[in-house]
Amino acid sequence: MAIRQCAIYGKGGIGKSTTTQNLVAALAEAQQKVMIVGCDPKADSTRLILHAKAQNTIMQLASEAGSVEDLELSDVLKAGYGGIRCVESGGPEPGVGCAGRGVITAINFLEEEGAYEEDLDFVFYDVLGDVVCGGFAMPIRENKAQEIYIVVSGEMMAMYAANNIAKGIVKYANSGKVRLAGLICNSRNTDREADLIEALAERLGTQMIHFVPRHNVVQRAEIRRMTVIEYDPTSPQADEYRQLAHKIVNNKKMVIPKPLTMDELEELLMEFGILDEEDTSIIGRTAAEEATIPIQAVA
Amino acid sequence: MSQTAEKIVPCYPLFQQPEYRETLKKKAAEYENREPANVIDETFEWTTSPEYRALNFQREALTVNPAKACQPLGAVLCSLGFHATLPYVHGSQGCTAYFRTYFNRHFKEPIACVSDSMTEDAAVFGGQKNMFAGLQNAKALYEPEMIAVSSTCMAEVIGDDLNAFITNTKKDGRIPMDFPTPYAHTPSFIGSHLTGWDNMLEGILRYFTLNSMQDKEPGKSGKINLVAGFDGYLGNYRVLKQMAREMGVEATLLSDPEAVLDTPADGKYRMYAGGTTQEEVKQAPNAIDTLFLQPWGIDKSKKFVKETWNHPTTAVDAPYGLAATDQFLMTLSRLSGRPIPASLELERGRLVDMMADSHAWLHGRSFSVYGDPDFVMGMARFLMELGAEPLHLLSNNATKRWGKAMETLLASSPYGRRGEVHFGRDLWHMRSLVFEKKPDFLIGNSYGKFIQRDTLHKGKAFEVPLIRIGFPIFDRHHLHRQTTLGYQGAMYLLTTLVNAVLERLDEDTRGMAETDYNYDLIR
Repeated sequence: MAIRQCAIYGKGGIGKSTTTQNLVAALAEAQQKVMIVGCDPKADSTRLILHAKAQNTIMQLASEAGSVEDLELSDVLKAGYGGIRCVESGGPEPGVGCAGRGVITAINFLEEEGAYEEDLDFVFYDVLGDVVCGGFAMPIRENKAQEIYIVVSGEMMAMYAANNIAKGIVKYANSGKVRLAGLICNSRNTDREADLIEALAERLGTQMIHFVPRHNVVQRAEIRRMTVIEYDPTSPQADEYRQLAHKIVNNKKMVIPKPLTMDELEELLMEFGILDEEDTSIIGRTAAEEATIPIQAVA
Repeated sequence: MSQTAEKIVPCYPLFQQPEYRETLKKKAAEYENREPANVIDETFEWTTSPEYRALNFQREALTVNPAKACQPLGAVLCSLGFHATLPYVHGSQGCTAYFRTYFNRHFKEPIACVSDSMTEDAAVFGGQKNMFAGLQNAKALYEPEMIAVSSTCMAEVIGDDLNAFITNTKKDGRIPMDFPTPYAHTPSFIGSHLTGWDNMLEGILRYFTLNSMQDKEPGKSGKINLVAGFDGYLGNYRVLKQMAREMGVEATLLSDPEAVLDTPADGKYRMYAGGTTQEEVKQAPNAIDTLFLQPWGIDKSKKFVKETWNHPTTAVDAPYGLAATDQFLMTLSRLSGRPIPASLELERGRLVDMMADSHAWLHGRSFSVYGDPDFVMGMARFLMELGAEPLHLLSNNATKRWGKAMETLLASSPYGRRGEVHFGRDLWHMRSLVFEKKPDFLIGNSYGKFIQRDTLHKGKAFEVPLIRIGFPIFDRHHLHRQTTLGYQGAMYLLTTLVNAVLERLDEDTRGMAETDYNYDLIR
C-alpha cells in the first residue's frame, strides 16, 4: 500500500507538535510504521518520541559536514518510541538566513536518499505555525503530503489561522492532489468549543475529525519528554489520541476546502459569542478623545 | 570534408559544405520536430506586423533582451575604479563568473573579482561564515588595499546584513578593524547596473568620509570631483581628466578604472593598476563641488554628497556632443574660476568644422537609439545638433521623469519632431518599433545585431544596420578604448556615424551597371 503522507498545520503554540507526536505514538502502538519530519527551525517535533532535548537536524549536520551531499540518511534519521522514525529539517537561528529554504533542502535530501522508499505506512510533517513563504509549503507540493490536518482550538486567532491555511491549501489543491482531511480540535476549554469547530469545519467543507480534550497528563508526560501513550497508556487521554489515530487511519473525507471570507468568519464568531458586533463609532478614537466626548449609549 | 589539424575551419564556412548541410537537414527532419517552412515564414512575418506590435506593447510578464544589466555588475565596475581595490561579491559563485566574463568580453582584459561562494547551507543559515572565510582569504591571497563588498539576489532574498557580517568578521580578528571594507546592498532584481554603480559609490564615499567630516569644508582643496558613472568607454575617463588638466582644474574622478581595464602586455600581470586612491576619497569633501556626469540614476550618491559633504552638486548634462560639452566646460570654469583654454577652443572649432563637413550626409538621416538613459539623451541631443533625426529613443532603466525630459529635449529642435520616447521597454519592443517605422540606422550595444538580422530577413529594404555605440560591445574589438564624451568624443561619434552612412551607401550602390552610377569615389 502506498505511504500516506500527512502534513499538520495550525497557528503557532496551538499544540501541533504535541498532538502530532501523541497521534504518531498511538499509530505506532497500533503497529503502523510511521516517520515524523519536523519542518520547523526550532526542531521540537520529535523530542517526545526520542526522549531528547532536540534532535540533530539535517541542516545542522549538513552545515558541519560542509554540504548536504556529504550526509547520509543514517546520520539524520533516528528511531524512537515504537520504531517511529524521526527527522528534523532544522534551520537557522531567528533573524538570519532562510528557514523556508531549509525545509526545501531537507525534504529534497530525504527524497534523494530514499527515506520514503522504506517500509512505511505514514509520514507526518509537522510544519511551523505560520506558512510565511513557499518553503513552508514544501510538504504539500506535488507528490508529498496529500492529506492536511489543521490543529485548531475555539480561540479566535486559531480559527483565523485555520481559515488562512485553508486558503493556502486551495492554491495547491487546484493544481494537485493535496486535500484538507480535517480539523483536529485541541481543546482550550472555551465555551461551546466543539460546536464551534464543528461549525467551522462544516463551512470549510471538511470535518472535525476529533475533539482532543484538555488534560494535564499531557503536560506531565511532556516534562518527561514522553507522549501520553508511552507515559501513561492507561489514562483516558491516551485513549483520545488512540481514537484520533483510528479515525485518521480510516479517514476517507478528503476535500478541497472552501475558505470563508473575513465577513463570514466574523459572522460565525459572532454567532458563537466570541466576537462582539463591531461598534464603528469607536474606530480611530484615542483614549483622550473618548474621555472628552462621552460615548453614547454604553451598554 | 571534416577537419584536419593543419587547416581548422570554423563553423562558418564549415557547415556550408554539402556533407554538413546534409547532416543538418537530416537532424532537422528527424529530431527537431520543426514546423514546416511556410509556418515559420508566416509566423516571422506576423511578428513584423502592426498587429504584433500592438500585442508586443501589451506585454507585461516578460522581458526580452532588456538592454540593461544587474546591480552587482555595476557595483563591480565602480569598485574597480578605486586604487588596489578588490571587488567582492557576497553570493553564489555563478554571479561573479558572469560579471567577470561580461567585462572580460567587453574590455578584453582579465577582471579581478571574488565571490564568497554561498551554497545551499549558506542559503539556509545565512552567509556569515562565507563572509568570515571570504574576506580573510581574499585579503591574504590578493593583498588588496580595499575590499568593496556587494551582494547578489540570493543573499538579498534571505536578508543577509552586510554591515553586521563585515563587522563580525573584523571582531573575529580575521581582518584588521581598520581595513577598508565599504559595502553596498545590490539586489539584482531591483534597478539596473546603474543603481548598483550608484549604491557602491555611495558605500565607498560613506565609508571614508561619513565619520571624518569635522575638518572638511567645501572648496578648501580647490579641486573638483567628477563622477563619470557606469561607463564602458575607457577614453571617457581619460578625456574627462584631460579636459580638467587643460583647464588647470585639479579634478578627482570618483571611480576611475581606465588603468586597471587597460593593462599592457609586457610580461607582468597587474591585478591592480591606477584608480582613485583612498586619500583622494577622504579629501573629496574638501572639493568645490561634485559633478555627476550621468545624472539619471545616481540619486543615492548625489544625496550623500549634497547632505554630508554640503556640495551644491551643480547639475550638468552628460557631456555628449557640442552643447553639453560646452555646458560642462563652462560649469567647470565657473566653479573653479579658471578660463577655458585655447586648446579646448581649438578642439571645439575642429569639431564644428567636422560637423559642417559631414552635415550633408547626416542631415535628415534617422537613428533609433537604445541604452542607458544618459547615453540615449546625450546621443539624441548630439544627433539633433548634427541635423540628424532621432527616431526611437528607448531606455529600459529610465524613469517617467526621464521620459518627460526627453520630450522636452525633442521639442527643442525641428529635428526632434519625429522622435518617440520609450522607457521601461526592451529590445524586443525596439524590434517591433523599427519594423513599424524604419530608421536609417540603429545605435546601441552588440545585442542590436539580432534586430539587424531580423530586419534583413524581411528583406533588404527593411534592414536596419546597427552602429555599435554603448555597452557592452562584445563582437567588435577595441571600441571600448574610444571616447564618446567631450569634443573628442563627439568627433569619434561623428566619424562613426557619417562613415556608417557612407559604408551603407557604398553597399547599396555597388551593383555593377545597376546602381553604381552613384558608387562614387568621392563622398
